[in-house]
Amino acid sequence: MTATLGAATDSAGAPTPPSSAPSGPVLGVGGWLRWGWRTLTSMRTALLLLLLLAVVAVPGSVLPQRSSAPDEVATWIEDHGRLGELVDRLGGFNVYSSPWFAAVYLLLFTSLIGCVVPRTRVHWNALRSQPPATPRRLERLPVHRSFTVEQPPEQVLQSARGVLRGFRVQAYDRSLSAEKGYAKESANLLFHVALLLLLVTVAVGQLVGYTANKVVVEGGSFVNADGQYDSIRHGARFDGADLDPFKVTLDRLGVRYQEDGPRLGEPRSFDARVTWNDEDATGTASVAPNHPLEVDGTKVFLTGNGYAPVFRVTDSTGAVVYEGPQPFLPRDSNMTSLGAVKAPSAAGGGLAFSGFFLPTAAVDDVVGPHSTYPDLVEPKVFLNAYRGSEDGRKAGSVFTLDTDGLERIEDGDQPWLAQLGVGESAELPDGLGTIELVDVIRFANFQVSDTTGNGPTLAAAVLALVGLMGSLLLRRRRVWVRATAGEDGRTVVEVAGLGKGDADGLVTEVDRIADELRTPAASPPDTDRPTGQERT
Amino acid sequence: MSVAELSLDLVYAAMAVYALAMLCSFVELALGRPVPTEAAVREPARAASRRAVAAEGSVLTEERPPAPPAAPAPASGPDAGRWGRIAVSFTIVAALLHLAAVVCRGIAAGRAPWGNMYEFAIAGSFAAVAVFLVALRRWPIRLAGVVVVPFALLVLGLAVTVLYTEPEELVPSLQSYWLVIHVAAAIISTGAFTLGAVLSAAHWWRLRTGDEKRLAGIALPPAQRLDTWAYRVHVFTFPVWTFAVMAGAIWAENAWGRYWGWDPKETWALITWIVYAGYLHARATTGWRGWKSDAIALAGYAALLFNFIGVNVWLGGIHAPYSGV
Ligand code: HEM
Repeated sequence: MTATLGAATDSAGAPTPPSSAPSGPVLGVGGWLRWGWRTLTSMRTALLLLLLLAVVAVPGSVLPQRSSAPDEVATWIEDHGRLGELVDRLGGFNVYSSPWFAAVYLLLFTSLIGCVVPRTRVHWNALRSQPPATPRRLERLPVHRSFTVEQPPEQVLQSARGVLRGFRVQAYDRSLSAEKGYAKESANLLFHVALLLLLVTVAVGQLVGYTANKVVVEGGSFVNADGQYDSIRHGARFDGADLDPFKVTLDRLGVRYQEDGPRLGEPRSFDARVTWNDEDATGTASVAPNHPLEVDGTKVFLTGNGYAPVFRVTDSTGAVVYEGPQPFLPRDSNMTSLGAVKAPSAAGGGLAFSGFFLPTAAVDDVVGPHSTYPDLVEPKVFLNAYRGSEDGRKAGSVFTLDTDGLERIEDGDQPWLAQLGVGESAELPDGLGTIELVDVIRFANFQVSDTTGNGPTLAAAVLALVGLMGSLLLRRRRVWVRATAGEDGRTVVEVAGLGKGDADGLVTEVDRIADELRTPAASPPDTDRPTGQERT
Repeated sequence: MSVAELSLDLVYAAMAVYALAMLCSFVELALGRPVPTEAAVREPARAASRRAVAAEGSVLTEERPPAPPAAPAPASGPDAGRWGRIAVSFTIVAALLHLAAVVCRGIAAGRAPWGNMYEFAIAGSFAAVAVFLVALRRWPIRLAGVVVVPFALLVLGLAVTVLYTEPEELVPSLQSYWLVIHVAAAIISTGAFTLGAVLSAAHWWRLRTGDEKRLAGIALPPAQRLDTWAYRVHVFTFPVWTFAVMAGAIWAENAWGRYWGWDPKETWALITWIVYAGYLHARATTGWRGWKSDAIALAGYAALLFNFIGVNVWLGGIHAPYSGV
């Protein structure tokens, strides 16, 4: 082929090592480096790395991941023994932060840089240069039309300039060379650069960003400050001192569930009414799924909710050793919830309770106490009691009680069990104390995420999309028109085209140009009927 | 009869008509007879100049356009082509019923009708048929219906038997206009990728058999044209899918406070995207264009399907409420 479209040269075809000695494959260090770089930045390597990236992303979707489901990971390791440990050591539970996953995408992006830089240079030159000289033998191009007209060659070429709308046109000897669609390559480069940008913005966003969680009961509040959260995850460059110290108070949490039909109990709306205040403003807002609250560029999301029964516990001396709401963790869609009440200051070394809260209680011989509807219809708690208090180092979660080293309180030879409705209380055996279910309120789980990194990431993504669409939908093609005086005094016109990836469109375009040259609108009506070369 | 019941009845009606369409195209295959080329039958005028385009990069000169294509050869037996055209007519009728079913479902639910797997299945299978019919106006790909129509029938069958749920209000996590945008883009791309997969598979088959081989006596378009169409469909669909993934990320940021969490559904959407990017690359890579790029396109389609079936059934994740099963 005499002419090619410059873009997207493929070096994959010839990754042969440059031989420093003609006699054998002896390569100097430099030679090997050059060979390695050339191989890495070839289209074929890029393709293989892309496919490899798709493959190494799979295990993280099959195995539970620490970042999203730490409990499942622990269970998985326990269930699989040695295999579990091995998978853990290989990074199977942190796939997306594992070295081998990083290796693949870093290699891919290195290849991308090595590919984009030279292509940009080539394209820059192409942008500033004129369409190349007309090939001598136009009939060897993929699309070629030839016909004769009455007008002299100069006039044909003159009208050809008008017909070649949107092309960059350069005149050569008795011919025009035209090219259009430079923007396709520009867009393709933009797309690939935007991908790099996307990687960078995501990385930076993770370095400086944070995500924190806080359980707040109705009437309670939290302050956006490091150390105020139940849990916080942040990047290496995060500085807790940078947080905007706004405060959010949960006034009331409204819920609504499906009340009938086969989807009975399915959630229909959650709505946390909050009051917020920062240094110079205050306001109220409704935080709901898909409706975060935004304060000072930080977003507050409602990510969960549940019940917080309010207890009052007295000890053997009659002193109130616990009073207040205690969130119970929902574990099914009907809000059967698990929780614990801890009163370490109770006389005699402390008291503790653990058990269920059921918003709509039912007791079943098979499943035991459970809830049949998520809203408060028949709220009840079922509690066992313990003497002693948790080992301080182990007392991690507010939701669960670590009963190691605690003594279960028995009633006769049965474990003592309290079943309380709202306003009811129960006495522990031997005058150890009482526990009362005073009320039931709700809690909300708020997630707080800083959004500073999101703007640049979104911008990079939009650039990538724009570049991609330009790259895929624009057409790049070259067209040549040659007009030579024929022997019979008429003019032989040749139109030929070269395009990439769009054979049908190229034919249409060349046909359009040929047709318009054959029947120029401005020419005298009788002379321009084409000859026998005319197509039917 | 409620609008929801009407929607379901329309689904059944569409299934019945699709079944007729399928039967007709099977009859076409069974009675198959030589036809000049599909192209000549459908577009006598343009086919001639188009056929002049050889594989890109190869050299072909056309001094003068060829003579007008010969009229279709006289039938040497029952007119199979007529059965094929009847199949297309049935497919159009069925698609209209199918569209009405989707619209009624939306009216019954009072929202965009793609809030659970049942609705996704009926909307997605409609998109597949619609893309096929639209493409059929431009390209002579009638035989692709032999795959697309049974596929739609199968999906609808699964939808009414396994996935059906009454139209209900959505769970709070799905109550967002991003559902409309993100899932609509996903549905369109799923439908269009279906046609892309059929064309890529046909191209692969064509490469193995050579351009002369007929399928049950019916001439298929030559490999080079199948490749061009498959590429066009993928080139149209890939940006839509890219947009779907991005819209999903924006929605996730608005709903969960992070735009990307490597949830199985997100991960498989990305895997699908990467594999299709691989397909586009492969077509520009020496030695990969051909059956290898076809295979990559089909792998992309497999990843796409896995995301809607496998991920919902086996992998769960926070997208689970969407499954609705
Ligand atoms: C992050 C990884 C990459 C992704 C997701 C990606 C994606 C894409 C996509 C979707 C296209 C299609 C656009 C079009 O055909 O115009 C494309 C084209 C292209 N890519 Fe990449 N790419 C990546 C890395 C690379 C690398 C490393 C190279 C260089 C070796 C490269 C070179 C090219 C070239 C030359 C084209 C144009 C192909 C053509 O002319 O059709 N890409 N890329």
